Amino acid sequence: MTELPASTERKLGLVIDLDTCVGCHACVVSCKGWNTENYGAPLSDQDAYGSNPSGTFLNRVHSYEIKPDQGVAKLVHFPKSCLHCEDAPCVTVCPTGASYKRSEDGIVLVNEDACIGCGLCAWACPYGARELDATEGVMKKCTLCVDRIYNENLPEEDRQPACVRTCPAGARHFGDLGDPNSEVSQLVEKRGGFDLMPEQGTRPVNKYLPPRPKDVEPEIDILAPYLEPVADDTKGWLGWLDKTLSALPGGDR
Amino acid sequence: MHPAPSVIIFTSFSGLGFGMLFWLGLGMPASTGFIAFVFFTIAYLLAVGGLLASTFHLGHPERALRAFTQWRTSWLSREAWTSVVTLLLMAAYGAGLVFFGTRIPLLGLIGAALSMLTVFTTAMIYTQMKTVPRWRHWTTPALFLTLSLGGGALLAGQVRFALPLLAIAGTLQLLAWIGGDKRLIQSGSNIATATGLGNLGTVRAFEPPHTGTNYLLREMVYVVARKHAARLRIIALVFGFGLPIILLSLPFSHIWALLAVLSHVGGLLALRWLFFAEAEHVVGLYYGRREAGRA
Ligand code: SF4
Ligand code: SF4
Repeated sequence: MTELPASTERKLGLVIDLDTCVGCHACVVSCKGWNTENYGAPLSDQDAYGSNPSGTFLNRVHSYEIKPDQGVAKLVHFPKSCLHCEDAPCVTVCPTGASYKRSEDGIVLVNEDACIGCGLCAWACPYGARELDATEGVMKKCTLCVDRIYNENLPEEDRQPACVRTCPAGARHFGDLGDPNSEVSQLVEKRGGFDLMPEQGTRPVNKYLPPRPKDVEPEIDILAPYLEPVADDTKGWLGWLDKTLSALPGGDR
Repeated sequence: MHPAPSVIIFTSFSGLGFGMLFWLGLGMPASTGFIAFVFFTIAYLLAVGGLLASTFHLGHPERALRAFTQWRTSWLSREAWTSVVTLLLMAAYGAGLVFFGTRIPLLGLIGAALSMLTVFTTAMIYTQMKTVPRWRHWTTPALFLTLSLGGGALLAGQVRFALPLLAIAGTLQLLAWIGGDKRLIQSGSNIATATGLGNLGTVRAFEPPHTGTNYLLREMVYVVARKHAARLRIIALVFGFGLPIILLSLPFSHIWALLAVLSHVGGLLALRWLFFAEAEHVVGLYYGRREAGRA
């Protein structure tokens, strides 16, 4: 049913720490690995080893340069997948009811057997979180690893999304963002977590944590005092040489 | 947005077809028998042909019937209903004219209204997209409707109505372009809000997530050279509106009328190509399109 639930019991989602992410793309690979052989149709590749490779991914890592008014530019690695929005525009546009938001945990899913592959939901998503698989002709998106998080056949520590389990930097956190006392909610609270494109009115569940301000190291150079020039105005033969050389093309005068 | 031939053909021809059905429903022209048969055949070929073309871009056209289920929220689903109901109703109305020489005015009137409702639902599929600021404006449905009415009048031989309607459509198109060119900036979405990092400094896309291309770029980040777009806009205005208006103003002849139709259809196809090709989706911001990134 493509009507959105008025509210969901829980709001499962991710908190992504842009301060810690090192841009290794391990989450991208583990996501593709898990999801190509589990929930729904596999994630196909086209011309994977050729000159024009392309494929379906549910999670991708961009990199941005931020140039502050003062100081040096910094690089921020930016993983992006479905944000499991509370007002998910992708769900309401779906003509078939294939796209839906679960009322129990807020996960946004696609019932691939009902999907006609019209692509409208991908148009409606501001974040580019949905990709139509070129081989299967159905819409693919992050399932929040719905087939891991409730899977009692997996050891307890593996019952979280593949990306979270894999991230070597600990930049990804999974939990219930509807519970203000959950670890993820606390993290968002403490670090000033924010929404992507809030003006689109999607109310994303996933939150992003901003890069922490970098402290500026005061300049301490213990050798500097010993290297101070003994004399500022050179005289004699060396002085003449210095002046002459500097006056040549390419000299510093 | 990717200007896929299937959606360009779908929106153009089904718009013309339903526009024609609108005038036929009002009894303009008030023909019966064989003449009515010819008019209805053209209208149905356009409307149904357009709808069929739209199924070509589906990944699973065999499941198309499912698209009737979500009319409560989905404009695409509503379009599925209005188009089928209109086509069925107008078939009954047309059969009365063609085979029995009788016109059931009420049926025609309802069919005419439903024809325009169908065009409106098509337009709303695009207008509802908050992600494509150029489309999210009243000029989108207004243009779809006037183009359908004007083109339909042209095809149905209603020169009296075709002339002013084409003039209005041309004006609306100009308005849509002038306003539309600014709408992404006015929408407030930019690389700063997309990344949420604008308060830290100027944001620039440094590296995309992939070395090749992907579905998102192919489908939603289509880039047209501004020079080509400007040229095509002029061509579309001349062939879509200017030439047909001149031809229709000449003393009536079937040759002029035919040329006016051909010219309008050519212009309409160019307009629709631009409608998609020039529409920028906010996901392009993540890929560094329109970089101007501060909060
Ligand atoms: S991120 Fe996109 S696909 Fe996911 S719920 Fe929000 S709008 Fe839908
Ligand atoms: S592509 Fe599938 S899931 Fe998306 S709107 Fe169309 S039918 Fe629904």
